[in-house]
Amino acid sequence: MRNPNRPLSPHLTVYRMHQLTSLLSVVHRGTGVFITIAALLLVGWLMAMAAGAEAYATFNAIAGHWFGQLVLLGVTFSVAYHLCNGIRHLVWDTGRGFELSAVYRGGYIVVAVSILLTILVWVVAYAGRF
Amino acid sequence: MAEFRLPANSRIREGNTHRAPGAESSNNLRRIRVYRYDPEGGANPRMDTFEIDADQAGPMILDALIAIKDQIDPTLTFRRSCREGICGSCAMNIDGTNTLACTKGLDEVKGDINVSPLPHMDVIKDLVPDLNHFYAQYASIEPWIKTQTPTPPDHERLQSKEERERLDGLYECILCACCSTSCPSYWWNGDRYLGPAALLQAYRWIADSRDEATGERLDELNDSYKLYRCHTIMNCTATCPKGLNPGKAIGEIKRLIAEREV
Repeated sequence: MRNPNRPLSPHLTVYRMHQLTSLLSVVHRGTGVFITIAALLLVGWLMAMAAGAEAYATFNAIAGHWFGQLVLLGVTFSVAYHLCNGIRHLVWDTGRGFELSAVYRGGYIVVAVSILLTILVWVVAYAGRF
Repeated sequence: MAEFRLPANSRIREGNTHRAPGAESSNNLRRIRVYRYDPEGGANPRMDTFEIDADQAGPMILDALIAIKDQIDPTLTFRRSCREGICGSCAMNIDGTNTLACTKGLDEVKGDINVSPLPHMDVIKDLVPDLNHFYAQYASIEPWIKTQTPTPPDHERLQSKEERERLDGLYECILCACCSTSCPSYWWNGDRYLGPAALLQAYRWIADSRDEATGERLDELNDSYKLYRCHTIMNCTATCPKGLNPGKAIGEIKRLIAEREV
């Protein structure tokens, strides 16, 4: 238990939080929170669809705006990263991949694959538009 | 809920700059910024800057701290004993990661060297954190051999070479607390989460072929706080000054509990 009469030693401000281990963990938590909130967008899209053609067109116009696309890009990357890093966690749950070299290798693979998946989704989306 | 900001009495002020006598003419002047807290007087902690001639000190961070205490400020307070990485006393945060001051070379850090106590701990004085809770958590895993069968009358409890090898990478832990205090999960939930050091020690007894209380030990650890606040961040393994792998040991405990339940 903490003794509030004593100072608490510095933590976030002194620790090297940008090292890959904690950085990817923070991003996993952040993307998890973000895609949970973003699930509301999906609900909004379905509600707009149910409300009729006009509401659906309005929703699509907002989503198609450059800022809407930026948010959707964030959602795409977050889903891809959370999925890939989730698989990394499942591998750990089998007792494998705990050596520090494997932790780093797996981390870089997860980042690379989630960027590739994001690009792939957007290439397919834009190709389908024309 | 995690409290990300330091409490008001813990915020760090800029301190004083001191230069070791004769350091002006040094070809190897090093600036070492050290966290200072004096429990008397009620002032907030501060960062003091010390400039020393590294050519006149020994090669390690601990040597530099001893030089500061010798030549500049005898009130500088830190724990140290063996000066060879086996006692774990001089664990502290150096240049952003936790390690032992006696095995970290001055030449391993570029520029100013920042030294602060092990993170997110109550500070007793300067670089000395309060480790009582950390030790209590270690005691709570009952770090001794527990048996049901009577001791063999004419020989010790024997192990095969392979059984003994399973303790490699576990028995070397010196309980310096570098790993536990590098863990963000331990920072936010250290009151109930045991942390990597205590859990690696717990696994050291689970993995011991002579111990006959494996089931009870797993029962005790099967708790959403004690064990499962570990989110495999792996800062512990990245920082361990002995090159051990607490993250893997925790993973093994989780795997044993999961296998037991299928």
